[in-house]
Amino acid sequence: MKHDSDHEHASSSGMTARLAALVATLEAKGIVSSAQIETALAEFLSRARPENGAAIVARAWVDPDFLARLLSDANAALDELGMDMSHWARVKLRAVANTETVHNVIVCTLCSCYPVGLLGPSPDWYKSPEYRARVVREPRAVLEEFGLRLDPATEIRVWDSTAELRYIVVPRRPAGTEGLTERELATRVSRDALIGTAICQ
Amino acid sequence: VTAQQFQVGDRVRTRATRAPGHTRLPQYLCGRRGRVESVHGPVPLADERAHGGERAARAPRPVLYTVAFDGTEVWGEAVVLSGPLSIRADLWDTYLEPDPEASP
Repeated sequence: MKHDSDHEHASSSGMTARLAALVATLEAKGIVSSAQIETALAEFLSRARPENGAAIVARAWVDPDFLARLLSDANAALDELGMDMSHWARVKLRAVANTETVHNVIVCTLCSCYPVGLLGPSPDWYKSPEYRARVVREPRAVLEEFGLRLDPATEIRVWDSTAELRYIVVPRRPAGTEGLTERELATRVSRDALIGTAICQ
Repeated sequence: VTAQQFQVGDRVRTRATRAPGHTRLPQYLCGRRGRVESVHGPVPLADERAHGGERAARAPRPVLYTVAFDGTEVWGEAVVLSGPLSIRADLWDTYLEPDPEASP
């Protein structure tokens, strides 16, 4: 997978210019200052980290009852851990678990919907037209470019975040980790494993 | 709130074309047959909310579903030769109709 491209850079610089124009207008009208925006953004980003998603998965690995609650009502499970989706109260979270026979991967083909509060800001490739178009059409090829080769019999389940739900993947617990603490287990969960473009080692 | 047409397990078909303006039915899933995987209750329709202002405030709240599509249905046989694929998308009631080929 080519992780950046001229096209992507062109579209993101266009977006930057539009954002600057919007902020300038809001400031001129006295609605909000760029200092206020910076403060709000810094506050949000200080809490929006992939460690949140990793902590959720580690708890699910050590507590099967928590895993069951996570899969049936993820927002309530987040409440138990004192977490929330942070940026958008009405967003419903859904956790989908990998199994021996099913591998999940998330995408937003229409734009770039992503559980930012739990995974941190999304990587550029997640927002690229290439990933968004290809992962629904040839997910095996895309995952192989990420270094992930799945058994040909494994069902790939692609979750296209087309509406109000956001998704997080619960990867499988790696073998040989029986002796690890919940905190140690969390360090095995990468951002890409929470998206589904990697597994946990 | 509009009526709920479908239950979990029902076979559905997406609209053949996208509505003009903003919509959250992806082109690649137009006219495709799938199965209702879960029901999320009434949610303000993005197609109307995107307009902002009064129109957004009056947006209807159709039921939102997660619909599961088989990779072969979406892309044809070629893709599935490389392994089983299922695509799940969150779609509003108004994007869907009963699958005309499903037995009653």
